[in-house]
Amino acid sequence: MSTALAPAPSRRDRGGPGRGAATGGRRTLLRLLPLAPGVVLMGIFLVGPIGYALYGSLTNAALSGYRAVAPEFVGLDNYTQLFTSGQFWKSVWLTLVFVVGSAIVGQNVLGMALALLVRNGPKRLGSVVSSLVVTAWVLPEIVAAFTLYAFFATDGTLNEMLGWLGLDGPTWLITFPLLTVILANVWRGTAFSMMVYSAALAEVPPDLTEAAEIDGAGWWQRFTRITLPMVRRAIATNMMLTTLQTLGVFTLIWVMTGGGPGTQSSTLPILAFQQAFKFAQVGYGTAIATVTLMVGALFAVVYVKVLKPEVDS
Amino acid sequence: MTTPTTTPSPTAAVPVPPAATRPPRRPRVSPAAPSRTKGPRLAAGLALVVVGVAFLVPLAWILLASVNPSATVSVSVPEEPTLQNYRDVLTPELTFRPLLNSLVVSGATAVIVVLVATLSAYPLSRYRMRFNRAFLHTILFGSCLPITAVMVPVYALFVTLGLLDSVPGTVLFLSATALPMAVWMTKNFMDSVPVSIEEAAWVDGASSMQALWRVVVPLMRPGMAVVFIFVFTQAWGNFFVPFVLLLDPAKQPAAVSIYTFFGTNGAVAYGQLAAFSVLYSLPVLVLYLVVQRLGGGSFALAGSVKG
Repeated sequence: MSTALAPAPSRRDRGGPGRGAATGGRRTLLRLLPLAPGVVLMGIFLVGPIGYALYGSLTNAALSGYRAVAPEFVGLDNYTQLFTSGQFWKSVWLTLVFVVGSAIVGQNVLGMALALLVRNGPKRLGSVVSSLVVTAWVLPEIVAAFTLYAFFATDGTLNEMLGWLGLDGPTWLITFPLLTVILANVWRGTAFSMMVYSAALAEVPPDLTEAAEIDGAGWWQRFTRITLPMVRRAIATNMMLTTLQTLGVFTLIWVMTGGGPGTQSSTLPILAFQQAFKFAQVGYGTAIATVTLMVGALFAVVYVKVLKPEVDS
Repeated sequence: MTTPTTTPSPTAAVPVPPAATRPPRRPRVSPAAPSRTKGPRLAAGLALVVVGVAFLVPLAWILLASVNPSATVSVSVPEEPTLQNYRDVLTPELTFRPLLNSLVVSGATAVIVVLVATLSAYPLSRYRMRFNRAFLHTILFGSCLPITAVMVPVYALFVTLGLLDSVPGTVLFLSATALPMAVWMTKNFMDSVPVSIEEAAWVDGASSMQALWRVVVPLMRPGMAVVFIFVFTQAWGNFFVPFVLLLDPAKQPAAVSIYTFFGTNGAVAYGQLAAFSVLYSLPVLVLYLVVQRLGGGSFALAGSVKG
């Protein structure tokens, strides 16, 4: 007990080199004890599946029957099959378009635009609109998916509204499935970018832009030369986070199009699910999952690098 | 709870735009000013209206369809609004049991996560060890992995462990996926509780765990509430995890039962679907408002994006 009691750990004076080693092994262990439950939980249920994914993708595991009980080790067969499959590369392409279209372009640009509009437009209107945008984000994902399904359905609201303008709307979910889920994901996720950018814009000192205004800079110049450079860290972080979130989107696409028609909107998470549960090829589905995870991990590493000063401070 | 003294200053006053901090607009005395400021302002207003309508219309559909006895996928104001859709779905099988399942799963997940995250955050926040940095990097890394990607291997793992169709198994998996972000957020909240207050307790002979529960936890309760609600909301809205891991309809939470319901009755019962969506969404909307009261925009931002 006295060991835990001893030095008041004022966080400032413990940064010196060598202090970590000087605390001694036993006391360090004792201090790390509270981490144990978290480490165990994440070890079993997060690291476990990831390890299982790496291993499972090397087997010919099936969903049921003999191969489910006793899967054989097949080496890199699943990956060979994967990388030579047109379906896989098509799915990679769809995922890329989905992520770039809905996260990097859609959510970020609209989020920034909304943050600026709310800041500079009429106050009352701005807060009403941002509440609506946030509501779309707070709703459970499946409710958002149903709502947008109804909106884009052939007899849905969008086509009815186009009808008022004398336009004959297309069958959105069948003719343009990828575009439709991209728009849906922008509707669903823009609030996050908007909030990040509102926070970032609020920290830009107003005197900077005012000085530029006095010097005769137009609003576009003020935005690109002063505001954007000032919030570039927020932009980098937000791009990364929205990319990672979008990479994992399943429910929205699954409910709206089911990956279809055919495989016209089967992004990687959908493809992995279909291969594993529809076609009972768990090993193959796991290989797809592993590839997706690797891509996500790559982005995550970059993100952690960007945020590193934050952690180390 | 109007004085969240211990939460980090909510730099993002989320849906309330931080307009109050702006300097007073320059008086429009210069002759050229009125036309130059009014034009953009009007344009900004118009753009806001357009975006607002795009977000409002789908939301309005849920509300209007839920009181419309003959709702379709197209938004329309019902001629005779009725609560019949609500009466139809308010049955044990359709609403009460799934919502109760959701409550159990999300509640248990949130309790476990807050407890474990608070314990984990303590050494990370209070001791400066070389290990911390590596651990926090790993945590941050884990918090952004696309978890949906691993659902297939998770399913396989659960089959092997015999945890398939088990509510505790699902809760533990949801907890593990929520932990990285929760530890990160809790650590940030805990950092803002000054160590000096704790030192007094140490001098009085309290152990580190006593100091944590008696001194630190009471001071960071609003922050913990934010984490609790954050995790609860995520678990409440999660469809994919219970969809894969829970097979028995009697155990499935509302997210899955609404999907099954839609699959079987969707084409004919949009009104009921909408009514159920409203009932299912209300709790998280309320919780979001609570979080805003507690710590403003730190809801989503305190943990992940602090810059």
